[in-house]
Amino acid sequence: MTNGNRLNGGLIDRSTNLNFKFDGKNFSGFQGDTLASALMANGVRLMGRSFKYHRPRGVLTAGSEEPNALVELRSGGRQEPNTRATVAELYDGLSANSQNRWPSLERDFMAINDRFSNFLTAGFYYKTFMWPKAFWEKLYEPVIRKAAGLGSLTGEDDPDAYDKGFLHCDLLIVGAGPAGLAAALTAGRAGAQVILAEEDFHLGGRLIAETGALADVSGADWVAQTQAELAGMGNVRLMPRTTVFGAYDHGIYGAVERNADHLAMPAEGKPRQTLWRIYSKRALITTGAIERPIAFENNDRPGIMLAGAVRAYVNRWATTPAQSLVVFANNDDAHQTARDLIAQGVKVPAIVDTRPDAPDVEGTEVLKGAEIINTSGRLGLTSVQVRTDKGFTRDLHCEALAMSGGWNPNLGLTCHQRGRPVWNADIHAFVPGEEGLPVGQIVAGAAKGDLTTDAALQGGANAAVTALSDLGITATPADLPAAQDAPVSLSPFWHVKGAKRAWLDYQNDVTVKDVKLAHQENFTSVEHLKRYTTLGMATDQGKTSNVGALAVMAELTGKSIPETGSTIFRPPYTPVAMGALAGRAVGKEFHPTRLTPSHKWAEEQGAVFLEVGNWLRAQWFPRKGETHWRQSVNREVLQTRNSVGVCDVTTLGKIDVQGADAAAFLNMIYANGFAKLPVGKVRYGLMLREDGVAYDDGTAARLAEDHFVVTTTTANAVLVYRNMEFVRQCLCPNMDVQLISTTEAWAQYAVAGPNSRKLLQKIVDPEFDISNEAFPFMACGEITVCGGLRARLFRISFSGELAYEIAVPTRYGDGLMRALMEAGEEFDVVPYGTEALGVMRIEKGHATGNELNGTTTALNLGLGRMVSTKKDCIGNVLSRREGMNTPDALALVGLKPVDAKDTLPAGGHLMNLTGPVDAAHDQGYVTSTAYSPILNSSIALGYVKGGFDRKGEQLRLVNPLEGQEVLVEIVSAHFVDPEGEKLRA
Amino acid sequence: MIINHPLLGPRDAQEFTYLGDATLINRPDWQSENALNAFHDYLYLRDNPAGEHRELWYHEQGDRSWLVVTRNTMTHEILNVELAHDVAKAAAAERSAQ
Repeated sequence: MTNGNRLNGGLIDRSTNLNFKFDGKNFSGFQGDTLASALMANGVRLMGRSFKYHRPRGVLTAGSEEPNALVELRSGGRQEPNTRATVAELYDGLSANSQNRWPSLERDFMAINDRFSNFLTAGFYYKTFMWPKAFWEKLYEPVIRKAAGLGSLTGEDDPDAYDKGFLHCDLLIVGAGPAGLAAALTAGRAGAQVILAEEDFHLGGRLIAETGALADVSGADWVAQTQAELAGMGNVRLMPRTTVFGAYDHGIYGAVERNADHLAMPAEGKPRQTLWRIYSKRALITTGAIERPIAFENNDRPGIMLAGAVRAYVNRWATTPAQSLVVFANNDDAHQTARDLIAQGVKVPAIVDTRPDAPDVEGTEVLKGAEIINTSGRLGLTSVQVRTDKGFTRDLHCEALAMSGGWNPNLGLTCHQRGRPVWNADIHAFVPGEEGLPVGQIVAGAAKGDLTTDAALQGGANAAVTALSDLGITATPADLPAAQDAPVSLSPFWHVKGAKRAWLDYQNDVTVKDVKLAHQENFTSVEHLKRYTTLGMATDQGKTSNVGALAVMAELTGKSIPETGSTIFRPPYTPVAMGALAGRAVGKEFHPTRLTPSHKWAEEQGAVFLEVGNWLRAQWFPRKGETHWRQSVNREVLQTRNSVGVCDVTTLGKIDVQGADAAAFLNMIYANGFAKLPVGKVRYGLMLREDGVAYDDGTAARLAEDHFVVTTTTANAVLVYRNMEFVRQCLCPNMDVQLISTTEAWAQYAVAGPNSRKLLQKIVDPEFDISNEAFPFMACGEITVCGGLRARLFRISFSGELAYEIAVPTRYGDGLMRALMEAGEEFDVVPYGTEALGVMRIEKGHATGNELNGTTTALNLGLGRMVSTKKDCIGNVLSRREGMNTPDALALVGLKPVDAKDTLPAGGHLMNLTGPVDAAHDQGYVTSTAYSPILNSSIALGYVKGGFDRKGEQLRLVNPLEGQEVLVEIVSAHFVDPEGEKLRA
Repeated sequence: MIINHPLLGPRDAQEFTYLGDATLINRPDWQSENALNAFHDYLYLRDNPAGEHRELWYHEQGDRSWLVVTRNTMTHEILNVELAHDVAKAAAAERSAQ
């Protein structure tokens, strides 16, 4: 195809030819084109199908407000649905497909919906698909979902990177039209830190879309000259291709910069888009205005466009939508469209103006007081039917129509903090209200309702002066070119009387008839209207449609437009890609990964890792010939229990507590007492929430009179630290105590098993006596190992064996692990992972997160007597509530199968031997299960009502979901070494 | 939102963890006669004002200060920021003076 609709002039680079594909067909355009302008130049009017009725649609606008020309851009993992062709920058090799049609854009099977439009009116979901009820989920919804919707997702991973960044400025200017550029010049010259963000790839706004905006210089020249000056200022950051999509609290704005959407693919190592968080002291909204359509019968055919958009295509992109074009308007502004086209040699058979007193235009006929009552052309406009002021009907042949019902200030960002627009009767449009603007926000130019170029330039410069003076920066308005200053001449006209299938909301297919139906059914409030008809609820948020629909409703109710309601907008201003919001936090980078110092060593051993919060922990260490994880785990347990094993416990939280009141502080955070713990000793501690529920446990080691080291579970390390700081700062402000997290400062290893002491004696420096007499169970101390390396040794045991935990500074963790393995060779030392750790703690009856599950108390855990009544502590008072201390309270017990061959299912519930299996007869539940290689049996921990007094009783362990039922016996939770002799050996 | 930290200056609210009503500083006396009721009220009863609200924020991604932030819940305007430690100290001094 040729560029048959290409005109002279424009801001396109004719020396750079760009080839592209639309629906598989080859086209060409120029550098500076959008997909829409290039298609237009190639004579393509049909670009999409509408959402509900699958009506053929072409381009309506020249900007991000576009409701019709939505395409699927690119292919494979880079495919992007619902891209507005009007903002898709053309590049060589671009490929786009139309969407919401089958089998082709010209012949769309679902266009049959248009024939059934009577049936598919507003609210059709609620009315049509009510009965039978069961059909909704199974039949109606799937069918509707398949038929509706626009573009499709690729299903493949996006191969591109998205970045996030932070910017700070005195003044953020949103929109680089006349007002924004004048403001940027003014603020830039005053030395303020300025960010000028523009969603378009070319600065200038309407200045580059109009022919006569400035008096003595072309708009494009002044823009180029201004841009050059701004680009030379170190204090001004120009951000084209950047959409400021949201105004948030305290001057924070969200913006997306499209770094590489205009390229075939991002350069190596560069992001496709960047999500910016902009901290502004002041923000100036100069987002211009959006033209509104007029509602008349069949006003949605390809070729029917907004008049200002046609001017943008003619003047900026040097293309006309067709070779003959009619204008339909209620204002003078749209007459310029006819003049611009005539100047380029395009035929304009007539201007249809609703105003009886409309001015004349040289070169065409102005049909004054006339209206367009219908249009023809299935896949593109062929003619319009005009009703003249005398009541005659005239057919005008044309392939395009430029319509204008006036302009609405672009209010988007002014509404994001509940700002309510107010009606301005002079320009017949909503303008930003004084109240409710986001803090630090000012509006200028057309966005404020100053619709002439001169007012926009002056308003922008003055707004910058005002904004900066608030910040103590003196600025003077920049010298600005003389500009067009004709007052707005417009006579309100919203829809042609009698029109039914006259589109208001093009993207969601809402017509005048739908608004009438909403009114008829009493959905007259603007919020009801919106939800009943889906008006303004498409991805364009009704930028071109909301005010028109309000006007129709106002007429039906006999109220004024402001009485009927107003429209507000929410973030985002235009759709934001999920990829941009996610940034780099995708896949493996979704959260940070924390590795322990000996991670590399564990990898070398072939460890299988488990995610525990952000940490990776070795789960087990498979050896050659082991085909099932349980073989590895059984071996690790047996070898530890029979000789010695080593486990990396670095991930446990460690909090250093120091100060004269350190012991008193621990008394406050732990349920049990710590004041009398001697130096050189460790004690188990249980932490409660203030409501009396147990939430974490660990140990506290007293290294000195005023120095403790507290350990927490891996999962709760952050929470416990936060809560301890709360107690320190908010509840005990007069205590002399300081806290610091040392989790990352120390690498820590559990050395467990009957040979653990012998192993440690080989690496602990000889001057430290760790014999049972000198270093008994629950001892702790600061020592040196391997010839002078400082270390901490704790004789504590989670496995139930004779065991120690040894800590060294983080950077020695890897070395210590290797030293332990080497020294342990003669004892056949085994590294064990979290699974073996779990098996051994279940065999020993130690609680973890499964048991401390957010509903259980110290009493439930069998630790009721630990909650000291002689001192205050968090959770103390409320743990004594009556309801939490009943005789049949849940109690932590052990469970074993009556038939040793049975496996106990995790998560099952416990029922009496007879009676119904239901919640009312529930006796408790299983929290942890494991296969014990020592006992050669499946074992479990669980909670049983009044369980401490029910040892020996048999229950049914049931899992109705899987149809499982196992007979179990209640036993002590301490399956192994109940007297603790091994610990003290 | 931006919270003007008394020690560190303006910081983004993302650096903080939110807890809620600053009355949590006023923990009842565990030995008082009606301790059970007092603790119940302390833990479970909150005002939920549409307007000014004194609340606790924790600078978890920063210096670990607990702050008492007076914020208008309707507009998110922040009217005052204090170190919770100072607030708690003053409250303790007042209690012991009584």
